[in-house]
Amino acid sequence: MKLNTMKYLTTLVFTVGALQVNTVLAQMDHGEMQTQGGSAPANARDPHAYSDGYTLTEGPYAQPGPRQLKLADEHAFWSVLSDRLEYQEDSDSTVYDIQAWYGTTYDRFVIKAEGDIADGTLEESSTDLLWGHALNAYFDTQLGVRLDQYNEGEDRQWLAFGVQGLAPYWFELDVTAYVGDDGRTALSAEAEYELLLTQRLILQPRAELNLYGKDDLDNRLGSGLSDLALGLRLRYEFSRQFSPYIGVEWTDTYGDTADYRRAAGQDTSGTQFVAGLRFWF
Amino acid sequence: MTHGFPRPKQPWQLGRRRFVQGLAAGGVLAATPSWVQSAVKGSTALGSAPVLSGREIDLVIAETPVNFTGVTRMATTINGSIPAPTLRLREGDEVTIRVTNRLPVATSIHWHGILLPYEMDGVPGISFNGIAPGETFVYRFTLRQSGTYWYHSHSGFQEMTGMYGALIIEPRAGERHRADQDYVVQLSDWTDEDPMRAFSKLKVQSDVYNFNQPTFFDFTADVSKLGLQAALEKRQMWNQMRMNPTDLADLSAATLTFLMNGTTPAGNWSGLFQRGDRVRLRFINATSNSFYDVRVPGLQLTVIQADGQDVEPVTVDEFRFGPGETYDVMVEPRDDAYTIFAQSIDRSGYARGTLTVRQGLTAPVPEPDPVEWLTMADMMGAMSHSTGHEGMNQGSMNMGTMDHSQMHGGMAMDHSMHGTQNGADHQLAKPSSTIRHARTEYGASVDMRVDTPRTNLDDPGIGLRNLSQRGLRPQGHRVLTLADLKSIDGVLDDRRPPARELELHLTGNMERYSWSFDGLEFGKSTPVSLRHNERVRIILQNDTMMTHPMHLHGMWSELETDQGELRVRRHTIPVQPAQRISYLTTPHDLGRWAWHCHLLFHMDAGMFREVVVS
Repeated sequence: MKLNTMKYLTTLVFTVGALQVNTVLAQMDHGEMQTQGGSAPANARDPHAYSDGYTLTEGPYAQPGPRQLKLADEHAFWSVLSDRLEYQEDSDSTVYDIQAWYGTTYDRFVIKAEGDIADGTLEESSTDLLWGHALNAYFDTQLGVRLDQYNEGEDRQWLAFGVQGLAPYWFELDVTAYVGDDGRTALSAEAEYELLLTQRLILQPRAELNLYGKDDLDNRLGSGLSDLALGLRLRYEFSRQFSPYIGVEWTDTYGDTADYRRAAGQDTSGTQFVAGLRFWF
Repeated sequence: MTHGFPRPKQPWQLGRRRFVQGLAAGGVLAATPSWVQSAVKGSTALGSAPVLSGREIDLVIAETPVNFTGVTRMATTINGSIPAPTLRLREGDEVTIRVTNRLPVATSIHWHGILLPYEMDGVPGISFNGIAPGETFVYRFTLRQSGTYWYHSHSGFQEMTGMYGALIIEPRAGERHRADQDYVVQLSDWTDEDPMRAFSKLKVQSDVYNFNQPTFFDFTADVSKLGLQAALEKRQMWNQMRMNPTDLADLSAATLTFLMNGTTPAGNWSGLFQRGDRVRLRFINATSNSFYDVRVPGLQLTVIQADGQDVEPVTVDEFRFGPGETYDVMVEPRDDAYTIFAQSIDRSGYARGTLTVRQGLTAPVPEPDPVEWLTMADMMGAMSHSTGHEGMNQGSMNMGTMDHSQMHGGMAMDHSMHGTQNGADHQLAKPSSTIRHARTEYGASVDMRVDTPRTNLDDPGIGLRNLSQRGLRPQGHRVLTLADLKSIDGVLDDRRPPARELELHLTGNMERYSWSFDGLEFGKSTPVSLRHNERVRIILQNDTMMTHPMHLHGMWSELETDQGELRVRRHTIPVQPAQRISYLTTPHDLGRWAWHCHLLFHMDAGMFREVVVS
């Protein structure tokens, strides 16, 4: 019953969050909040108005040759974040969820890799290779491909288009739409929140859901809302970059996906403990 | 309570305390190569930079091992010391400074606040090509000013790894203020991390070094104290806008060790005096990224210079200054020992030293203050300019509960002034109050814009307001503000009204860790073009929640009030969150000059412009 409480709490957090996001977006639309975002008015100031036509390499007293002074805005950076690398108790499997990027502030190459390893075998995995471009201050658009691999089933390839970023009230969102062959479509959405209990002890509710446009019998996925996962993870940051965690994850399947599982004699929903490591570098 | 050498600690106790306090004997490791010894003419005591003077100076830049925290790291040093040698020069002299680069990479030295030909200004890619490995560059210029300044590398993050020193120019006519003791108090910060690594961490997670973030239990504490409604309201705007009310500094004691004259807090730099002495302290903020709040409990500080320029003496108990700024203060100690206490703006740690009659004496060391959340005034500015003045005198500033809907209603802008067009003098008698955001402020590089900036200069800033009322300082404790600074007669010699007015906004995106002018980082920007010897007004509006110490090379920044009254001549002007300030300048020297935020990471992230004077 404790698990049920957590489940409802998590759902509540996300529902309240989503409602608030909605309110904020509505406010922005009505121009009540113009301190963020928006588009430039016609009479906005020209940021080059004081240049007299000179540039960093042309005009009086410019150093000859190509521009030497390049600051971090023209450097590429990179990062690898293992958001979840965990053992899932019930399924006796290891799950990884890693995101890496290389690029500048506004344009970056992004890899998102998720997978499930059991008995030393990669049971299934999904890897997005994306080009990210800044949409606004807090969100990037992402365009690329997704490669799904199934140990038992048919591998799939998709074109991917999504948005990822930080929504008002600090919700981290990642929503991607996919188009595959044979008219397949899919939508995947993920939301995370970080609740600082202390400076180092952090509770992270997380929700993920997947929808498909049509049934995929080979991979036993049904059309419509296929599955939902709600997790609650408690981590301790020994450093900001290294934090072990324990948690609980509740998963449920719906529609034909649930039917497929029932037919195969598998549970359609379940709750399990997880233990893992979050790290980035 | 005294702080001597730290007692041995159990391994689990080591971490934080040692980070803040550092090693007592931390600094440049003893074995110095012979070429350094030949270059160093003064004597080197712990934490006292050698003094070089005369018209010809030789500086050698090289890697030197240092140990401030228990870990040996490679620093970039000038003549093998941190801080670099104090240069004592004379106004009117033509000086020749030969700088030899023994690093494997290019280097440079910039003479901060010094008027000189632009080729001598030392900014690679703008003034010259930099100094290649093995090369010696000869700086030669005539000193047209006097006062307390400093010098530092302008290449990459070399300044942060040890390349900074004091530069004192003695006035031809003699010092205005007699002093029996004269000390440089150079504050800096040190990190064992590779600065670029620290920077790239901020690119990944911009609050990575902030260990004072609002927590769930802060919230529950507020609920029991203020009630649920008020606790929610206190957080509403911050959370809605994805802004952190404790975003006070990008780097903290989690990675920094704060140094006074190159000495850790445990090392306790000491300056000696005899009872009855008048002691001059030349405070230089040579940090990479840290604002310091400085006080000497038990002593009043009479500020006599700001950025090397004489001001009408003003007596205060505390002052805040950012990277690049200098303040000269006079103190008259009567007791045996006083602590010079400089806490970082985010309260994560402090630099500390002692003024004493006898080596080895110490005075009580205060605890850092509790962290104060930024207020709505720091995010949104003032409801209107008039309330700004009334509301922001020291002590009475409380806009944290201001209803933001009222704020928009009160967005009274003065449309009678028209900005940048050349107009009759009377139109430019006062700085324009019409807020004009650049069109590039509406993109991904800018996370907020301020529509109701405050223009008053008398705000000591977050963490320094209402100190007496909050029980953190004695009654009557006075903190220096920009409004207290007034150049003495004769310093501000150009009394022409400005012929034109430029407006630029200081912008950023904390989440992406990007900083810029007008939403354009350096690589996307174009130079600001000024005409030789014109009188021009620059308006800076800070559309971010951090204070930016803005440093304009090659010419003075002459701060004025929002009524157009000239106040004080500076080379580095701190612009507070949601503040709109203006200053006048007269570019007497032709060439290309750098103009940037002196928080090194903000500069490197792109809050940097070129200025062309032609």
